[in-house]
Amino acid sequence: MAEPPAPPETISTPGPVVVLIEDAPEIRRFLRATLIGHGYRLVEAETGREGLQAAETRQPDLIILDLGLPDIDGLEVIRRLRGWTAVPIVVLSARGQEADKVAALDAGADDYVGKPFAVGELLARMRVSLRHAERTVRDVEEQAYKAGDLMVDLARRRVTVSGQDVHLTPIEYRLLTTLIKHAGKVLTHKQLLKEVWGRPYDDQPHYLHVFMNQLRRKIESDPARPHHLLTEPGVGYRLAGPPGD
Amino acid sequence: MSQHRPDPDALLARAKEEEARKTQGRLKLFFGAAAGVGKTYAMLEAARALRADGVDVVVGIVETHGRAETAALAEGLPVLPPRLVEYRGATLQEFDLDAALARRPAVILVDELAHTNAEGSRHRKRWQDVLELLDAGISVYTTLNVQHVESLNDVVAKITGVVVRETVPDSALERADEIELVDLPPADLLERLQEGKVYVPAQAQEALHNFFRKGNLIALRELALRHTAERVDAQMQDYMRDHAIGKTWPVTERILVCVSPSPFSPQLVRAGHRLAHRLGAELIVAYVETPAHARLAPADRDRVTQTLRLAESLGAETVTLSGPTMSDEILAYARERNVSKIVIGKPGRSLWRRIVLGSIVDALVRGSGEIDIHVVSGEGAPAPLRPLRVQPHAPDWAAYGLAVAMVAVCTGVAWLMFPHVSLSNLIMVYLLGVVGVATRASRGPTVLASVLSVLIFDFFFVPPYLSFAVSDSEHLITFFVMLVVALVTSGLTVRIRAQVEAARQRERRISALYGMSRKLASVRGVDDLLEIALRHMGEVFSGQIALLLPDESGRLAPRRVAPEGMTLGATEMGVAQWVFEHREVAGLGTATLPGARALCVPLAGPRGGVGVLAIVPGDARAFESPEALHQLETFANQTALAIERAQLADEARRAEVRVETERMRNSLLSSVSHDLRTPLATIIGASSGLLDGAERLDSATRRDLVRSIHGEASHLDRLVNSLLEMTRLESGAVAIRQEPQALDGVLGAALQRLETLLRDRPVRVEFPADLPLVPIDAVLIEQVFLNLLDNATRYSPAGSPIDVSAKVAGLMVVVEVSDRGAGFAPGDEQRAFEKFYRGHSARVRGVGLGLAICQAIVEIHGGTIIAENRPGGGATVRFTLPLAGSSTPPGLSDG
Repeated sequence: MAEPPAPPETISTPGPVVVLIEDAPEIRRFLRATLIGHGYRLVEAETGREGLQAAETRQPDLIILDLGLPDIDGLEVIRRLRGWTAVPIVVLSARGQEADKVAALDAGADDYVGKPFAVGELLARMRVSLRHAERTVRDVEEQAYKAGDLMVDLARRRVTVSGQDVHLTPIEYRLLTTLIKHAGKVLTHKQLLKEVWGRPYDDQPHYLHVFMNQLRRKIESDPARPHHLLTEPGVGYRLAGPPGD
Repeated sequence: MSQHRPDPDALLARAKEEEARKTQGRLKLFFGAAAGVGKTYAMLEAARALRADGVDVVVGIVETHGRAETAALAEGLPVLPPRLVEYRGATLQEFDLDAALARRPAVILVDELAHTNAEGSRHRKRWQDVLELLDAGISVYTTLNVQHVESLNDVVAKITGVVVRETVPDSALERADEIELVDLPPADLLERLQEGKVYVPAQAQEALHNFFRKGNLIALRELALRHTAERVDAQMQDYMRDHAIGKTWPVTERILVCVSPSPFSPQLVRAGHRLAHRLGAELIVAYVETPAHARLAPADRDRVTQTLRLAESLGAETVTLSGPTMSDEILAYARERNVSKIVIGKPGRSLWRRIVLGSIVDALVRGSGEIDIHVVSGEGAPAPLRPLRVQPHAPDWAAYGLAVAMVAVCTGVAWLMFPHVSLSNLIMVYLLGVVGVATRASRGPTVLASVLSVLIFDFFFVPPYLSFAVSDSEHLITFFVMLVVALVTSGLTVRIRAQVEAARQRERRISALYGMSRKLASVRGVDDLLEIALRHMGEVFSGQIALLLPDESGRLAPRRVAPEGMTLGATEMGVAQWVFEHREVAGLGTATLPGARALCVPLAGPRGGVGVLAIVPGDARAFESPEALHQLETFANQTALAIERAQLADEARRAEVRVETERMRNSLLSSVSHDLRTPLATIIGASSGLLDGAERLDSATRRDLVRSIHGEASHLDRLVNSLLEMTRLESGAVAIRQEPQALDGVLGAALQRLETLLRDRPVRVEFPADLPLVPIDAVLIEQVFLNLLDNATRYSPAGSPIDVSAKVAGLMVVVEVSDRGAGFAPGDEQRAFEKFYRGHSARVRGVGLGLAICQAIVEIHGGTIIAENRPGGGATVRFTLPLAGSSTPPGLSDG
């Protein structure tokens, strides 16, 4: 019997390494099929401890973490990882548990996907997180941000919507640039408050809601069907990001 | 003949009494005339006999006083080890009540009922220990000498000349089920004394020598025999009543004893008690608080308190009346309570005062009508009532100034009138002035004004002018009358003022009580009740107050305290726990655990104890008068009733919720089981088709099957989410987090999430640009939008538009979500919010919870939601959200 031919190497450069920390075998199974199918190299871990070990030995490009683990609390895993690495972490959490999501994001997770989720959504979040990580590594300041009708010239501090100049107050501008820095990623109320206003305001979410409302009215053509500034109820805000995500 | 039949009420009362006794221990009293007659011996013999019958008998405490034969008897009986108490360097052996309660024998021997416990014991007296044993269902054998019976105390003192301080109240003795008289003729007793068989403490040799005289012993023996006979007589009457023997039953009599601060009053109370006992009558002891009471010396006030306490310990009801005249108050009260006899002491007023001021006895006799008046004389000359003290506080100089000024003004006025009017009218001016002073000032300034008026009147207006000499002796009469009128007027005015003050104080207490009960009736939660009770009690009683309620395990813990931060020590907590378990007042100023800092009153309602009220009074003697204590108890009772009512309401509510939950669960199960199974059937069917014959199916069919699996799974997901959401909302587990939010942003999030569902739908959004932020929980309101939009797409034809609008109306934001579908079936608009209601369109697969969830969410936000059909076809769901509190946060500046 001849050896079956080895599968042809379709990807010239090896795909990103992903550590999947998830205790439910069914979910691991379908993620395995999907992620490998999309060119990722997968390392599976059943418990938080295994996951932390894998993160250390395999130096992954991204970690997918389920919050409900049998041994260590998911939040604790994030904290320990953030003690030594900035690797992007995408969290899987049950839907309706907004408080858990916020806690995970505040602890340092990059994004979340609520269970049950469509594969497409997870892949999109992973792509955004990987791209952000890359950007951090390259540490290149972008000169301009363009998405749909919105154009922000960061060097000149100029904002235009469909070519029309939009006047923003300093806080609105800071809010927008903060979101641009993390385009495509969700930012919690706390993270936004801290970056835009500073620490003493981080328990005053209504400041944020007021300015976000003003900003939305200035840059969205239809504030009720926003294309840029997306509300994630109970969690935070997300800038939709340039198309292709 | 009705008399031959037992009175049913009386029988019922006896039945109840017996019922209560069954759960209580029995008390057997070995009763003797003096020490040495062999009571302890008789008790031990009885105990041995019981033990021989196999009864669990334990010696609690027995004083053998080294008598060999007694000690021999005690041998072989199990003995409870005594509690050792250090007291002034000596070690005392005390009866260990807690050990006895823990041991729970059938019968326990407790010698010397009249014994006073060492300081630091739970009860001050041993008889209180015995009552607690009885209440705990333990039978007690005990011993007692006749001189220790409270009601005979003064008689014994008269016979022997020795005042016995250790007494047992008759109410406690009445608990005895059996009395065994241990009798020994005086000659034999004296012989035993001579032989040294009677225990005599060394320090009391002399006194005892006087005590054990033959005459004394005979008298004491008679007293003991008679007391026993009375008890036997009472038992006989009970027996006769039970068996309908006898001819007539005396009408229940009521005897009212009137007491005063006189040291003779306790004797009066005892006399009244003996009379009542003999007649089988009820005893009421009354003290009349006249305005003079306020000026009594503290010692006299204490004496009144002690007399009333004595009366209570003799089982009498005590009452404090108040009014201007003693006799009127007594008679009015006596009529009100149907009193048949009034007992009063012989007046101490001397003859001339009686003539001038009148005697209470005379007044009583005159007004008594059908009520008998018994006048009892005191032993020897009772100490006269202490002279009323001048009010102890410093004289009010301003009032004296007022008196002088008033006289000066009168003089001025009289001077102006002098040329025109006669002398007698000038006097009127001065009288007016004196009355004016009397209405404002106390007695002193008024007297000063009276005297000054007379002097100045004489000096200026009576010839010879500008001299105190009087030319016409007739003027002396004028002066005298003027002085008397002024003094009497001032006396009356001052008295009225005192009464008004007393009435005001009473009024304050009563209105506080009334205010409290009214407030208590209007609130619901236990914590609110306690808050109100504390506030009202704080207005009436000065001091720190704590209300303690039990936790699940029955341990008390302070639930509310005033002032904030007040704490109770371990001793006080111990007292409170005891009070809670025994439902009796204890602590500071009472006979039980008097060492505590706090006075504890049980909060007991008809269903039992609900907690304890502990008060650390600002003045440690504040609750020594029975009246104050009663008042506190009244407040406690009101509070207890209210707490009990609240607890009952809570229970009822919980039961209702249980029933409702049960009903919900059943209807949920039946509808959910169908809804869950249908998609599962599709998923299992389709996926098994794929597994079994994937290679035989063409790719289009495979795609079809996969699509239906995905569709059904999504439906199942929605169903499960709705159920969870509903359950969370209904269980109250949803903590609503309201923050001022932009409604369009929240709607945007919902639209985003439903992107695929709404792909072919024109959604028209009409939100005014200046729509204010609304205080909402964004997650929940997003759910409302999701459900409404989902419904709108489900119940309207593909491609038809959906309209969402919002506008401000008053203090509300009104939001509408409308479609162009078939609308609600007429009359179904309200039913739409019921759980598991589904629209009439049979093709539509909904969960039937969407609108119910919306309703729940909108209602926790304080809004309302309605459904209606739209003119021109279609359905509209309209909900409101209150705007209140959504103002722009302050200090919000840009830059």
